Amino acid sequence: MSFAPPPMSLLAELTHRCPLACPYCSNPLALDRRASEMETKDWLRVLDEAAALGVLQVHFSGGEPMARHDLPELVRHANALNLYTNLITSGVLINEKTLEALDTAGLDHIQLSFQDVDKAGAERIGGLRGAQQKKLNAARLIKARGIPLTLNFVVHRENVARVPEMLDLSHELGAGRVEIAHTQYYGWGLKNRDLLMPSAAQLEASTEAVVKARARFGNSLAIDYVTPDYHADQPKPCMGGWGQRFVNITPSGKVLPCHAAETIPNVTFPSVTENSLGSIWQDSPLFNLFRGTDWMPEPCRNCSLKEVDWGGCRCQALALTGDASATDPVCARSDRHALVMEAATAGHDGEFLYRRFSYP
Amino acid sequence: MSVSEDSILKFTRGHRLQHDRVRDVWLIQAPEKAFIADPVAAAILQLVDGARSLGTIIETLAETYQAPRDVIATDVQTLLTSLIDQRVLSA
Repeated sequence: MSFAPPPMSLLAELTHRCPLACPYCSNPLALDRRASEMETKDWLRVLDEAAALGVLQVHFSGGEPMARHDLPELVRHANALNLYTNLITSGVLINEKTLEALDTAGLDHIQLSFQDVDKAGAERIGGLRGAQQKKLNAARLIKARGIPLTLNFVVHRENVARVPEMLDLSHELGAGRVEIAHTQYYGWGLKNRDLLMPSAAQLEASTEAVVKARARFGNSLAIDYVTPDYHADQPKPCMGGWGQRFVNITPSGKVLPCHAAETIPNVTFPSVTENSLGSIWQDSPLFNLFRGTDWMPEPCRNCSLKEVDWGGCRCQALALTGDASATDPVCARSDRHALVMEAATAGHDGEFLYRRFSYP
Repeated sequence: MSVSEDSILKFTRGHRLQHDRVRDVWLIQAPEKAFIADPVAAAILQLVDGARSLGTIIETLAETYQAPRDVIATDVQTLLTSLIDQRVLSA
């Protein structure tokens, strides 16, 4: 087994509890319940281990990480370890008091999600009445404190036409960055794929809106644009390669190479409650399963792009072909690329399956 | 655009220079990303402390590296102007 360079970034999913119910949530279908969440002391130890291992940035996420009352304590601890602290939040639990506690703890940056610019559209996706106004208030409070702010919009066929207004709102609220991210289809997103999938024309219009906004706003608003896989013919380098840069820890302490990896069959999921983060990163079967290029089948094995896209996404290969070690079918060279093309133009009937603890 | 030598530069909130002990490199930490600062950039940025003026930074580097002041000044201006444009630094 070769030495793996240490991870750059840790996604700390503190809880799966969340006031919102977005049908594309990146959490798994089987959510960790409160009783299974790690305690504060476990997370403090994980942060120590992460810093020692070489992690540079900690992204406190969820669910809604502000549902954990120990969040300021965890931020303070990470900050003392010189980890860059980022909060990924829906913003609905932000008020002057909760924000002050995080600011005082040394929080470096906030990524605030919006489901739409249109109130009805936003609340249809998030499933929480009054959420839009709370998010707008949160953005203003964050700005008033001078905490660097990125807005995040997940876009899909119901809201993608409003990308220009999303970019305008980001500028108006004084965000330094905005992420326009087309929905990724794993877990909940895959369950709702037909209802979320944009048309090729919608995708093109959103790309054009981003290009125009970049020209208009220049360096005053950095725009990160994540395109959808299904209208593409080359897969994304998922997570920058399996077990290469990124590590995810679930509320109960499982350590994963990406947030969807719990779908991978026939492998044990290591836990920080049993092993150190460093030994898991370096030696666990899960992290070595698709690390590097040795695992690759054809046509990846002899492809000149194998160290560019790392074979695409393992969870997507699994979800679409039933085989986690297959070439990502987004790739035009995959013999199952037709699966992706068909899904990109499928019908759009039915009702959303919202993210709930009661599933399955 | 260039910055006046009287300007006092600092990292904007959300950005900082940090030495990474594990990889033994200098990094600029930024919102949701980190950039590696090459050794020249790292030498310059270690002097950006919100107290020294640009002129002082140039003189310090010219002395440390025994290099002509105008050569150092050009390198420093190029780097810092670009980082101001990217909102990593403010004057």
